[in-house]
Amino acid sequence: MGSRRDAEALVDALGASGAALRPGGEEDAVGGCVPRIVAVPPDPGAAAALMAAAARHRLVTVARGHGTKPVWGGVPERCDVLIDTGRLNGVDHATGDLVVRVGAGTPMAELEAELAKAGQRLSVDAVVAGSTVGGVVATGLSGPLRLLHGPVRDLVIGMTTVLADGATASSGGRVVKNVAGYDLGKLHTGALGTLGLITSVTFRLHPVPPARRFVRVSVEPGDSAAVCDAARALRASQLVPSAIELDWPVDGPPELQVLVEGAESGVGRRAAAAAALLGGRAGVGTEPPEGWGELPGAPDDLLLKLAYPLTGLPEALDVLRSAAADAGVGVAVRGSAGTGIMYAALPRSAAAEEAAVDAVSRLRAAPGDGRASFPDAARAPRPRHPHLPGARDEIPGLALMRAVKDRFDPHHLLSPGRIAGGV
Amino acid sequence: MPEPVRALIPRLRAICGDDGVITDTAQRRTYESDALTYHAAVPGVVVLPTGTEQVAAVVRLCAEHGVPFVPRGAGTGLSAGALPRDDGVLVTTSRMRRIHEIDIDNACAVVEPGVANLDITRAAAPHGYYYAPDPSSQQVCSVGGNVAENSGGAHCLKYGFTANHVLGLEVVTPGGEVVRLGGKAPEAPGYDLIGAFVGSEGTLGIATEITVRLTRAPERVSTVLAAFATTDAGGAAVSAIIAAGVLPSAVEMMDALSIEAAEQAVACGYPKGAGAVLIVELDGPASDVEAYAAVVERLCREAGAFEIRAADDPDERARIWKGRKSAFAAVGRISPAYIVQDGVVPRTALPDVLRRIAELSARSGIRVANVFHAGDGNLHPLVLFDDAEPGAAERAAEVSGAILDLCIEHGGSITGEHGVGVDKACHMPAMFGPSDLDAFDRLRRAFDPQGIANPEKLLPTPRLCGERPAVRKGEHPLVAEGAGDVF
Repeated sequence: MGSRRDAEALVDALGASGAALRPGGEEDAVGGCVPRIVAVPPDPGAAAALMAAAARHRLVTVARGHGTKPVWGGVPERCDVLIDTGRLNGVDHATGDLVVRVGAGTPMAELEAELAKAGQRLSVDAVVAGSTVGGVVATGLSGPLRLLHGPVRDLVIGMTTVLADGATASSGGRVVKNVAGYDLGKLHTGALGTLGLITSVTFRLHPVPPARRFVRVSVEPGDSAAVCDAARALRASQLVPSAIELDWPVDGPPELQVLVEGAESGVGRRAAAAAALLGGRAGVGTEPPEGWGELPGAPDDLLLKLAYPLTGLPEALDVLRSAAADAGVGVAVRGSAGTGIMYAALPRSAAAEEAAVDAVSRLRAAPGDGRASFPDAARAPRPRHPHLPGARDEIPGLALMRAVKDRFDPHHLLSPGRIAGGV
Repeated sequence: MPEPVRALIPRLRAICGDDGVITDTAQRRTYESDALTYHAAVPGVVVLPTGTEQVAAVVRLCAEHGVPFVPRGAGTGLSAGALPRDDGVLVTTSRMRRIHEIDIDNACAVVEPGVANLDITRAAAPHGYYYAPDPSSQQVCSVGGNVAENSGGAHCLKYGFTANHVLGLEVVTPGGEVVRLGGKAPEAPGYDLIGAFVGSEGTLGIATEITVRLTRAPERVSTVLAAFATTDAGGAAVSAIIAAGVLPSAVEMMDALSIEAAEQAVACGYPKGAGAVLIVELDGPASDVEAYAAVVERLCREAGAFEIRAADDPDERARIWKGRKSAFAAVGRISPAYIVQDGVVPRTALPDVLRRIAELSARSGIRVANVFHAGDGNLHPLVLFDDAEPGAAERAAEVSGAILDLCIEHGGSITGEHGVGVDKACHMPAMFGPSDLDAFDRLRRAFDPQGIANPEKLLPTPRLCGERPAVRKGEHPLVAEGAGDVF
């Protein structure tokens, strides 16, 4: 907790790095963990100096972009220095190469606007409004376009990070086709800052398609199997949808939402074919449905994540919905029915916590590749429920993950405990 | 054979059976190199495990005794990534060739590492699906090798590389443990170790089961061949196509010398007098392909194409690709020896880099034939020389190295798809600084603290430096066998 004397001591330790420093406050807390000091490095060099100084004093650092997903993953065990990446920004767009190098602190919206001037886009949705590029990459959070373009990590072609000891390490490069060295960009993507501070990312880009259509169909009678069958039929068609989303509000039938993009001459026909394939009374429009690509529910709701093979998704949805129904609470589901990643939101109550914990326990006990989890520690059931499966169970490859963490961050100074399995 | 390896043989036989262990010198010699034959070493012993448990037991044995092991798939690699060691065990996956599952409902396949790349597509094709990464050796190269090298292919411009298509792995770690990473479900919790493993060139362990994504076969494929007077004009067409917002599945270019070689070898019938031939392939929904094919043809004409051919059926398409696919083998007919280089530059730097290569060639008197994936700036210059001429090999090696320097100078990469292996390990410091290399080494040691998994590959070691890049003579061995084409 940031006493004045403590802050002064930290300024002595970190001041020479060139980062702007101020005492941490409640508003800076990461899952209740209030940082002793907040540091804003003005450039990557200062970030490296800051990290080196923090490491010398064995201070724990936690990175933050715009703080839109401050507790994604787990609550860090400690937080001495909160590193605000806001000034590590800037966009270096190589238009003709369809490549962009972006500072981690650059807002996604700013990047999108810059790329749009050249008719290009980063095919990654900013699922949470206000996100920075670094935040999107560190959480590895993907939205609807993931179906056609893959998750964030598939579009990262180069990355520069500052490691725990302050060393600056780059991997990949500025060309899409490149197999020189290990692909550390993929390792850092979704690592929640536990292996290094991301200072800049280089992405491959796509041209903005000339035309798009959104096809929306209410799926009756609204059972999970019918919804997932429809999504699978779309995937198996020749329509090449960019996204297949499911929006299943608390009250009301589920709606499948399909995005078709491409040449103007073809999208109308493809959208009509998608509507026909779905067999309902489909609506076709050019603007996204309300809530497109956003997490379901309200910011304070309990949030669950389902990541399942397409054939496993109906059962997972059924378990969740029946647990909610048994508890008499509503559940809103939204996500990518085409890739098997769904988010569910339950308005917070004791009954909702019971239902959520029950559903996750039952789903984790079931065989198969899928997994249910609470992706955001701030919205996980609190206080810890005795029946909640431990965060450290059932993580394949956990020993290797620990070994990687130990090599990159031997003193566990980077957001310790934040990633799955308490790494 | 060094004693530590000899001592393991009885136990290797107990694990893999008598027919799964090769100790005979002549037989071992057949494994002395991958397709980059310039680097060769006879392996201490070769094992041919039939399943995960055998691989794990072999690796555990190596770990217990501190004996290095080298994984090998079909041996089609082009960077000596599977170069054996005389003091080590060569673990080949050639007897692990089962396709466990084609799961169309989840659009994926589960296979053993020794399965040939094209066999996945063959198994999926009746369902209307295929496996997208298509390295030119796809008839014979193994999926396990593709995972190790993060293989691409002509169509990775649109569809990405192996890394974008691997959903799950079962891996035997360098400590001999069996670990499952990912699977049919997306977003496994924790670090993306699959992302780190794919392309790790056998230094992080051996993949023993691979779950790959299957891709729906496109409704329409259209291939356009355009002939230009110069590579500059062809390059201008490529830039215009990309600027117009078209994303072809492949964009390939050949210069006059490689066209001449292909013509002599396979009579591909490319337009007479072409200084450059551009092949643009589009696929996807029929409406998009038709619309974009018209754009491509128009932009090629505007850039000065004097002849354009379009192919919409598989036979015509195969005729267009024939010259391109035979280019490397063909070069063997017009030059006694050659070096294949694999470098990448940002696409917009292509015209400048090609001019600089021409200057290098003129200055050194060494001919360079250019065949390249123009869409993503991946150059495959063929540096031609007569090895009977004293000093020619050295001058060719210098030209080949200078081309890599050009790639780095233009912000590119020392390898787009062939990998680092032994061949380019000492070029890594030209592209990466000491702390970058140290970060790579951290990952490697996390998986392999003992340093026994494919040592001396991928990262530079003092012992390796100063060795010359690979020189090949005549036809590629696989092409000579009729087993595959080489890009």
